[in-house]
Amino acid sequence: MTAVLTSAPAATTRPAPPSTARIARARAGLELKLFFRERQQVVFSFAYPVVMMVVFGSVLGGDVLPGDVPFPQYFLAGIAATGIMLTSFQAVGIAIATEREAGQLERLQLLGTPPVAYFAGKAGQVLVTTAAQLAILLPVAHFGFDVPMPDEASKWLTFVWVAALGGLAGTSLGIAVSALRGTAASVATGISAFAVVLQFFSGVFFAFPELPSWMQQMAALLPLKWLTQGMRSVFLPDEAAAAEVAGSWEHGRIALVLVAWVIIGIVVCVRTFRWRRADG
Amino acid sequence: MQTEPAVHVRGLVKRYGGRSVVDGLDLDVHRGEVFALLGPNGAGKTTTIEILEGVRKRDDGDARVLGEDPAGAGRAWRARIGVVSQGEGAAQDLTVREMLDHFAVYHPTPRPTADLIAAVGLEEKVGTRVGRLSGGQRRRLAVALGVQGRPELVFLDEPTTGMDPVARRQFWELIRGLRADGTTVLLTTHYLDEAAELADRVGVVADGRLVEVAPPEELGAELRRQATVRWLEDGTVREVRTDAPAAVLRDLLAGSVTGDIPGLTVTRPSLEDVYLSLVGAPPATATDSTEGDLR
Repeated sequence: MTAVLTSAPAATTRPAPPSTARIARARAGLELKLFFRERQQVVFSFAYPVVMMVVFGSVLGGDVLPGDVPFPQYFLAGIAATGIMLTSFQAVGIAIATEREAGQLERLQLLGTPPVAYFAGKAGQVLVTTAAQLAILLPVAHFGFDVPMPDEASKWLTFVWVAALGGLAGTSLGIAVSALRGTAASVATGISAFAVVLQFFSGVFFAFPELPSWMQQMAALLPLKWLTQGMRSVFLPDEAAAAEVAGSWEHGRIALVLVAWVIIGIVVCVRTFRWRRADG
Repeated sequence: MQTEPAVHVRGLVKRYGGRSVVDGLDLDVHRGEVFALLGPNGAGKTTTIEILEGVRKRDDGDARVLGEDPAGAGRAWRARIGVVSQGEGAAQDLTVREMLDHFAVYHPTPRPTADLIAAVGLEEKVGTRVGRLSGGQRRRLAVALGVQGRPELVFLDEPTTGMDPVARRQFWELIRGLRADGTTVLLTTHYLDEAAELADRVGVVADGRLVEVAPPEELGAELRRQATVRWLEDGTVREVRTDAPAAVLRDLLAGSVTGDIPGLTVTRPSLEDVYLSLVGAPPATATDSTEGDLR
């Protein structure tokens, strides 16, 4: 420590702090770098849907579901939706709880980081990891299990808005649940357990219309069921809509529920987000 | 403007569950000085410093830091202060250089990464991930991050905990360098030698109050005048505490038949003894050590 550090500028000559957008960009880059360096994260939220596609596609590949849909085709919709939930809701919720516990958020607070820049960094990371995950999952389903890819542009448009709204809802809800009390490890366990149960309730593994009605009703309150249904409208033939509970894909309702969850998530974040653990 | 103290605190109070951990603390830190808050764990040092950093709310009292109330200060104010907290707050999977390069973005005029690395002596570790650094090396990185934005005022909360003696002395050099540049430094420590070595003034904190403020060499002046005279008489240790040891010795010699006084010592309280009586702890032994971890 022999080097001499140059002096502090006077308060009057100090330039304004860097813009929120500049910090958000740096955060997104950093978040991505850290995501791919964290092996656990990559395995549990990034690789999970691809592994599940391979496992379930191989075991139940010959089954046929209501509406004459081969199982892998039905399952792709569910596991794509699950993947979006994991890279957004689960990954963000666990990461924030962990960063808070490690005091990393404290540093951001001390630096005067605008919370919006931090959230935008998370959202940027979610966008890239979700896109990468789907870019791996779809070819695996198509080439490995003969799942046909839609050929109309309108279906891909649906795919984009459903995925984007689902990812946004997942991110804002992930930030919201990270405020739960408890250690980062217990928050992580809680989030993961919830995500697993929600997959069963939301018709990822089983045909949704065949689930008990109480399970259907509970799932209908939460976003994953609607995200899954939106994905089915993309990857299943149009005739399969008749097999849905409502007898149609319900695009309007899907958009409504997902947007509602984005708003709920943001409201909860604004009210509960903390840089550090609660005062002891 | 420059005549206003960097830190001005009156009657600061912070309660947790009915107990006051900071209990009417007054503090002034002048511009350009190195001020050490010295005290045992639980005395309220960290809570005080966190209130001044604007990350904890106070329950009562007034606080001004660089002319603003830290409870409501914004980003422009944050850019003027630097913090080295006890927590490490570093992503384990980033290298030292990646950390410094990333956090440079948050500052309007960051110090160059290379300068910072040299200043804290981490040249050998620039490519090492934070998770693989030793405790002392992480503290050095925390110090580098704390001064990255060229702060006018730096808060350091027990900055040298976990550093080896060489690193501590390097750190002391860094602080002297900052001071020479006109940076104000407020640090907490429970190392007496660190306070004596670095600080222009030392404030002793006990039970949430500042019990004494003085330059280190004048700390506990009253207490230090007291000397202890000990000698052996009929095989037992006799002890007298006095402001005038010479007079006690004269009387002893006058009363001695042989002209010799076995086991005679005259000791003055060490800085550590003074400190212990200020914070209300009984002095453990009659050593004159000024070094030691008082945790």
